[in-house]
Amino acid sequence: MSDQTHIPAGHDLAPGEEEQHSVGERILGYVVGLVLALLLTATSFFIAGTDLVWQPSIPVALIVLAIAQMGVHLVFFLHITTGPDNTNNVLALAFGLLVVFLVVGGTVWIMSHLNGNMPPMDQIMMRQ
Amino acid sequence: MSITVTVGHAHADPHHIGVVIEHPGPASKRIVTAYGFWVFLLSDIVMFSCFFAAYAVLSGQTADGPKGSEIFEQRNVAIETVCLLLSSFTCGMASIAADVRNRFWFYLGMAVTCVLGLIFLTIEFREFADLVARGYGPSRSAFLTSFFSLVGCHGLHVSAGVLWLLTMMAQVFAKGFRADVLRRMMCFALFWHALDIIWVGVFSVVYLLGGAP
Repeated sequence: MSDQTHIPAGHDLAPGEEEQHSVGERILGYVVGLVLALLLTATSFFIAGTDLVWQPSIPVALIVLAIAQMGVHLVFFLHITTGPDNTNNVLALAFGLLVVFLVVGGTVWIMSHLNGNMPPMDQIMMRQ
Repeated sequence: MSITVTVGHAHADPHHIGVVIEHPGPASKRIVTAYGFWVFLLSDIVMFSCFFAAYAVLSGQTADGPKGSEIFEQRNVAIETVCLLLSSFTCGMASIAADVRNRFWFYLGMAVTCVLGLIFLTIEFREFADLVARGYGPSRSAFLTSFFSLVGCHGLHVSAGVLWLLTMMAQVFAKGFRADVLRRMMCFALFWHALDIIWVGVFSVVYLLGGAP
């Protein structure tokens, strides 16, 4: 028995729910999330309209900033954490993300190859 | 004695991972409801990902119509983004107020959330009406079809969210902070935050990436 960790009963959290915190701590969590999200949003809009950075890097930067901001929303607003009480929520999220990446990534990949292998539209029209 | 102990362990630790979990029985209704709603939200996000994929494929197919950089107004999008972000924050404040059963802060938080949501919807509706009036409706090109369906679908979700928000205020007014009303409030907060996450994708992919010259 001594080498076994004992986990107390009653240990799941609903998505969106936090562990027991005082009201002040909970409000502080939302304020931190809001400030981080505003900073990331401002950076996105700034980068999209500026000439200061290397132009080809802008799309990548925008996507990275968007993913970072989604992470901020998940952690500070939806309270999805890596704790043991959140395992079910995280697993469902992971499966959802897998499907999203398959759909978006697969579509973009396949369609760009199709476009690459197709003759331009006016040539198709001329053959008919 | 040693045999009974071994049998006891086999039951409590069937996979011999060295962790004994005392099974607490079925989860509470609050957890089950919110988890089910979380799965619904994820499937909603999967549906949005199909619209995003369509937009990514079709954003160059303008059929000699306008390109994204010619019709998007960055300033309006920034205002919309800030509105939704602040409304997500006030929605969080309202759900804290509901948890501590404070009516005043609950109504205030929900009312501000509602106003911010309506400002967002007004700006979006005017943008759509303006585009249609200039002849750039959804039937103009494949790019505009995918644009209107993706952004319009998000706008429909926000409209439904505003109706749900008003329903929650009415239910708290009529029934008070009962357990079932609090469960619905929790699902509403999840819904509203998820809409904000989708909007992050919309403004990044549609307006900022798609608006690049």
